[in-house]
Amino acid sequence: MGEPYLNNGVDFSDVIFAVVKAGLAFVILLVAVMLMVWFERKVVGRLQNRLGPTVAGPAGIFQTLADGIKLFFKEDIIPNRSDRFVFQLAPYLSLVPAFLTFIVIPIGGDFSDGKNGSVKIFGKETFLQVADVPVGILFFLAMSSIGVYGIMLAGWSSGSKYPLLGSIRASAQAISYEAALGLSLASVLLVSGSLSTNRIVSVQAGDGFGGIVPNWNVIATGFVPFAIFLIAGTAELNRPPFDMVEAEQELVGGFHTEYSSIRFALFFLAEFMNTVTMSAIIVTLFFGGPAGPNFGFLPGWLWGFVWFFLKLLVFLFTFVWFRATLPRLRYDQLMDLGWKLLIPLALGWLLILGAIRVAQRGDFAITDSTGVDTAIVLIIGLAIGMVAFLLLAAAIRTARTERLRDQGLVEVAPQEAH
Amino acid sequence: MGYLEGFGVTFKKWAEGVTTRQYLGGRGGASDQKVPKTERAHGRHVLNRYEDGMEKCIGCELCAGVCPARCIYVRGADNPPDDPKSPGERYGYVYEINYLRCIHCDLCVEACPTEAITETKLFEFSFTNRSDAIYTKDELLVDDAGVPQHLPWEDWRPGEDEHTSGWMRATAPGGRASSEGVVGWSPELGHGVRQPEKGQSAPAADADSSGHEDSAHAHEGGH
Repeated sequence: MGEPYLNNGVDFSDVIFAVVKAGLAFVILLVAVMLMVWFERKVVGRLQNRLGPTVAGPAGIFQTLADGIKLFFKEDIIPNRSDRFVFQLAPYLSLVPAFLTFIVIPIGGDFSDGKNGSVKIFGKETFLQVADVPVGILFFLAMSSIGVYGIMLAGWSSGSKYPLLGSIRASAQAISYEAALGLSLASVLLVSGSLSTNRIVSVQAGDGFGGIVPNWNVIATGFVPFAIFLIAGTAELNRPPFDMVEAEQELVGGFHTEYSSIRFALFFLAEFMNTVTMSAIIVTLFFGGPAGPNFGFLPGWLWGFVWFFLKLLVFLFTFVWFRATLPRLRYDQLMDLGWKLLIPLALGWLLILGAIRVAQRGDFAITDSTGVDTAIVLIIGLAIGMVAFLLLAAAIRTARTERLRDQGLVEVAPQEAH
Repeated sequence: MGYLEGFGVTFKKWAEGVTTRQYLGGRGGASDQKVPKTERAHGRHVLNRYEDGMEKCIGCELCAGVCPARCIYVRGADNPPDDPKSPGERYGYVYEINYLRCIHCDLCVEACPTEAITETKLFEFSFTNRSDAIYTKDELLVDDAGVPQHLPWEDWRPGEDEHTSGWMRATAPGGRASSEGVVGWSPELGHGVRQPEKGQSAPAADADSSGHEDSAHAHEGGH
């Protein structure tokens, strides 16, 4: 646990090493964000029979740079009625957590044959991540929550109605989906038995069923937590179809309506940084991160990079694909999906997974074989889950009927009203 | 599939390829493409001349009278006897079109009794001041080879300046089926008698091959 090079006391060279690593990670993330913006515009263009950016650099790859330079030279406007200090602070509150999340993500390293993914650089043994925080996943949850403060304060401090509406939506959305996000994460933690991202990757590194199927958490947790995490993660990112926070057609620009120049660019940077980081988190938690087969001809730690970026690319494409395909949800639909479907589902799935693990250990001792125990527990668990789900659905339906009747919006037939 | 069908729809779009073109206003080299335009596309005007170099415009001001946007200003004058500008009694002494007002409806082309004013297909011209927006007679008149003048702010491509009167040749017979294919216009400097557009009254079998040389050229010119 923890970085290997810090185990034998910390001297000055270790501090320099850590600072260099952080700087390098920042550069990598910034370049990744730059390419992500270009990638998104290019892919969305192709999915809509368009060309996308073509002029700045080969195939328009420097478009982000050109936009950034342009925004840098635009006039920076601070509205008169805004709270100046908070207004200026908010973009950084968005950006810093977006970067901080990235430090717990292992982006490379050799995890094959039970190795722990550490490499030796300048005589120091280290993981290919800025820091292996022992509470890595909690750190991720904390940072993604803090990121919402940036949006909330930006909307509040603008002194204007549309940003305020956007930021209120952001807070409500974050609270709703944080719960589903955390509960689906709990399933992963249950299987991995650790909060450290490095450890989570190591656990997934071995061969799974039959030596062909990878030992990924997406399979070990039964796919449902992954689906919930992907949906809740998209909502957490405020990306389409959950971009209620911006909702151009309703709220002008949402929380960043009053922002211009480089402050506006910082919000966008943070948004795309979050997209990259969230994809990386999904890869780490559910798809084994940098772990993958080693085909030789490249050093082992480089294979880690290759696998990580290939997996990352799949999810970046998925997020872009979401955006190109799905229309924005209505606000009440968003709340319905979060509270009435994702949270109960994530909670129920976590309980079933827990029961199965206890059964696999043989603690129930219903029969002599743990396999039969597991099957029995699974069947009972699914049955209870089904009943609970039907009860919940009935409760929701009854509540809606009552509400509509109280408002006089619907005539209820006598036999239904009980 | 239900909810997931849409993902297939968007993904198929990738395979369809792109329908937009890379237009860079003449600055992009080989990748800079214009969209091919139809035979009768309305663009910037030209003032035509007869084969002997005489101007067709007789200064009658019918175009100015019919113009719904009031963008044309014409003043006629008597031809100087020793150096006549046009074959008639009078000629267009001043001829100005304000492209900040022109809506390219081509009513002036239909009104003109001598086919003096026609429209090219060029619409890629953008100016940065008001005096450039007002085209004078010197700028509108075709040169000694019968080719429209290429002004610095216009994006002409090779071959495009040959197509200066598509709309006139399509509508001059008055829209009557009996006058289809009948030449009802005078020869032009550099082009002689232009061929009429065919295949208007009924879908002709040779609609693609006859009377469409212009568009074939346009495709070449655009690449």
